[in-house]
Amino acid sequence: MKQIANWALNIATMRGASYADARIVSQRSRALTTKNGKVGSASDSESVGISVRVIADGAWGFAASEDLSRSGVEATAARAVEIARASAEVKQHDIRLAPEKPVIAEWTTPYAIDPFTTSVEANIALLLKVDSELSAVAGITLAEANLNFNREEQWFLSSEGSDIHQTKYSAGAGYTAYAFAGHEIQKRSYPNSFGGHWQNKGYELIDELKLVENARRIAEEAVALHRAEQCPEGTFDIILDSSQLGLQIHESIGHPIELDRVLGMEANFAGTSFLTLDKLRTLRYGSEMVNVVADARQEHGPGLGTFAYDDEGVPAQCTPIITNGLFTGYLSSRETAHTIGENRSGGTLRAEGWNRLPMIRMTNISLLPGEKPLSLEQLIASTDHGILLQTNRSWSIDDRRYNFQFGCEIGWEIKHGKRIRMVKNPSYSGITTEFWNSLDAICSRDEWTLWGTPNCGKGQPQQVMGTGHGAAPSRFRGIKVGSAYRGM
Amino acid sequence: MLTQDQAADIVDRIKKLSSADEVEVLFSGGRFALTRFANNTIHQNVEDENHIVSVRSVFGGRTARSTTNKFDDDSLRRVVESSEGLAKVQHPDSDLLPMPDSREAASTGGPLIPTRYFEQTASITPQLRAAGVKKIVEVAKSHKLATAGIYSISESVEGIFNSRGLSDWHTQTLAEVSITMLGADSSGWQKANSPDVSNLDPLHMAEVAAKKTLDSADPGEIPAGKYTVILEPSAALDIVGFMFWDYSGMAILDQRSFLTGRIGNKLFGENITIWDDVAHPLQTGSPFDGEGMRRMRLPLVENGVVKRVVYARATAERMKRSEHKDKAGPIEATGHGFPLPNEMGEMPLNIVFASPQDPKTLAQMIASTERGVLVTRLWYIREVDPYEKIVTGMTRDGTFLVENGRIKQGVRNFRFNESLIHMLSNVEAMSAPLRSCGEESFDMVVPAMKIRDFNFTEVTKF
Repeated sequence: MKQIANWALNIATMRGASYADARIVSQRSRALTTKNGKVGSASDSESVGISVRVIADGAWGFAASEDLSRSGVEATAARAVEIARASAEVKQHDIRLAPEKPVIAEWTTPYAIDPFTTSVEANIALLLKVDSELSAVAGITLAEANLNFNREEQWFLSSEGSDIHQTKYSAGAGYTAYAFAGHEIQKRSYPNSFGGHWQNKGYELIDELKLVENARRIAEEAVALHRAEQCPEGTFDIILDSSQLGLQIHESIGHPIELDRVLGMEANFAGTSFLTLDKLRTLRYGSEMVNVVADARQEHGPGLGTFAYDDEGVPAQCTPIITNGLFTGYLSSRETAHTIGENRSGGTLRAEGWNRLPMIRMTNISLLPGEKPLSLEQLIASTDHGILLQTNRSWSIDDRRYNFQFGCEIGWEIKHGKRIRMVKNPSYSGITTEFWNSLDAICSRDEWTLWGTPNCGKGQPQQVMGTGHGAAPSRFRGIKVGSAYRGM
Repeated sequence: MLTQDQAADIVDRIKKLSSADEVEVLFSGGRFALTRFANNTIHQNVEDENHIVSVRSVFGGRTARSTTNKFDDDSLRRVVESSEGLAKVQHPDSDLLPMPDSREAASTGGPLIPTRYFEQTASITPQLRAAGVKKIVEVAKSHKLATAGIYSISESVEGIFNSRGLSDWHTQTLAEVSITMLGADSSGWQKANSPDVSNLDPLHMAEVAAKKTLDSADPGEIPAGKYTVILEPSAALDIVGFMFWDYSGMAILDQRSFLTGRIGNKLFGENITIWDDVAHPLQTGSPFDGEGMRRMRLPLVENGVVKRVVYARATAERMKRSEHKDKAGPIEATGHGFPLPNEMGEMPLNIVFASPQDPKTLAQMIASTERGVLVTRLWYIREVDPYEKIVTGMTRDGTFLVENGRIKQGVRNFRFNESLIHMLSNVEAMSAPLRSCGEESFDMVVPAMKIRDFNFTEVTKF
């Protein structure tokens, strides 16, 4: 593979590229689903190809192909240079890359069990066992479960001398129980909605999730939601469970800190950001107890944003994003680092597969846990009147990341420190900085989970990327609840 | 690009490797190129070529699929073995039907489609795209604005072959331009695509986007509440698109559709008639579904009454035996199935709104509005309530207060929470439908819509 990449680099350089990198990626994935007692789908896929990214005449070009023959690779590299020269026809400045020492490295996701060595029969049997537990509860009208495994092996070589071979594994699993009755569809999901829980791990993740053990409770809650009262509308203290808080972090911190958004590069699609450059180290993003990091390092945990090197050869790093409430850092790349006065990339450039351009993506954007011991039950016990919201059902935020609205699958009204009743269709909304400044309690490390979001969309053509979000249940004071159903 | 003859040769090699009772081979892929610009600069410029072959094997009611983008002998052997290995460990599925032959595939009476491959689109070079972007940037600079957007072209193939002799092949090109113009405190947007690049007018789009930016500068704030809104076609498309997953027999069987128990009911206003029509001259896409069945042209909604949902072959057979069969509309395979195996069944992908009896231009809709909001684009739409079909989202890139029949000023963007049932019951006027594209839903032929009592629940900061 290195020889193939070098064919590309040689041609790109010969054609006049001032910088070139080549990524050869071999991807393998397996997706298994069950639905109402039967296998819904069973599929394997593999994809191999090369991309060549170059700077020529001060502008970017990128070409990718499935063809790994010498003539095919050289044509792809030549095409990348030709495209760069076309880009140079419409430029304001030459591209500047922050310096980065070339590295020669090998890295593989730590894992215990290669998921592709596990028995498909056993995988399906597990899903069907979950299904039978869900379907055993009267009132469940649809039960769906999924298992997903991915392996991505990448060779990255650059004209600066980097030679990095990385292999990443990820696994994900989850299920949802639906209950349709009257004029209402209710659902509950475990361990998280929209595909479950994902991490950069092997099959051992699936064993850790206790899928079967939780299925009956989840199904019973889905049915019970039909008997629950509508979540009241008004201003409440709210407690978010850690999975919902993970998505809150993703949408209202993770995306606005992407420096390409801030600089207008995503204005046509994903949008821009309220975090203009003047806000760095001046904006009080959240309350004093809000500490958020962007941490791609292995020691942060097996998040979907964990790696050794990003897709332009920059080592994984931990960047303080919010420090004691103060906004302190962006997600940057070699191209954008200079705009915030940095002389090195933050190491966040990643691509979906071999045929897509690397772009700034969230790594593991995590809210650090509270330092004092605090369990969810203790947090509830210290809440006079509020709503506990669990498991995301809908999410939406404006294109500068100010106004958001989230719906959750289930809510619990809390009075005088106790859960007094289940409520259905809970939602909350707010303005990003006002919301994070209202945070007054974060549970401690033993309630902290590094969640995986496997489906983050960005870019044109759109790319899907996995990101990680560590969170522990937290409380926010005086939040608008229930406006999703206002006027209905 | 992969040709049909090359694909047929690959299929022959796969058939020799296969030991399955039945085998189906799908092809997809092509060449895609996109020039992306922001801050009046081309900042990303990409091209890729990729084709995949996807093999489905069947052994006695058990089926599975494997996919690869490599067509050498070892890769084809591996993909066949993988597909067969996965299939063999399944439990037999009594709902799985034998693969269709060509006669059955044609039995839907699906119409012939016009050519959707245009050489003038496929031959657009990076240099021509850059020249097009340069003109858009010149428009931005002439108005002292910054622009961001894309100019893309693609040529793609879709093919299906099976061991019962069915084979079908579709080629298509698509050119797409999307433009955002940005001012100090406002923005405007336009997007269009077509198989034939000559149908696009990027300069006109740039001028419209720039005018929206200039006209919405210094936006005021008006309170959230119920307003008459005028949704431009892209905005209408992006919000109504959230209901078409539910026009599926499988969604009814699963009781996850808002149409469960409602087919035959008058859910929407008398003026709403919606077709699925792959052959419509403004539509795109292949004329066959994931099993090779020809896509039927059919009415989904007539004068507000939900008439039909679409069916894959197996879904139709299941529905005929189900408790829902009397409330499921006409039950037959319609040629809208996804490739098997899948858990979603089918959906209509070629939505065409019927032209109203008395179409109004956008200007006429504005002129007839005493007080309302003109919306260019909707964004980040998500489902809040699956049965009442409440969706939430934001306005974006050109939101205007209309008063006394005129655009008065730009306003800060709103969050909406609105039921699609309610919304499509309150359509007061529509334009002639046209091919539209957004970012939240698939491309459709839709009109602009004037809607009363649209539910804005919050205002954002810009």
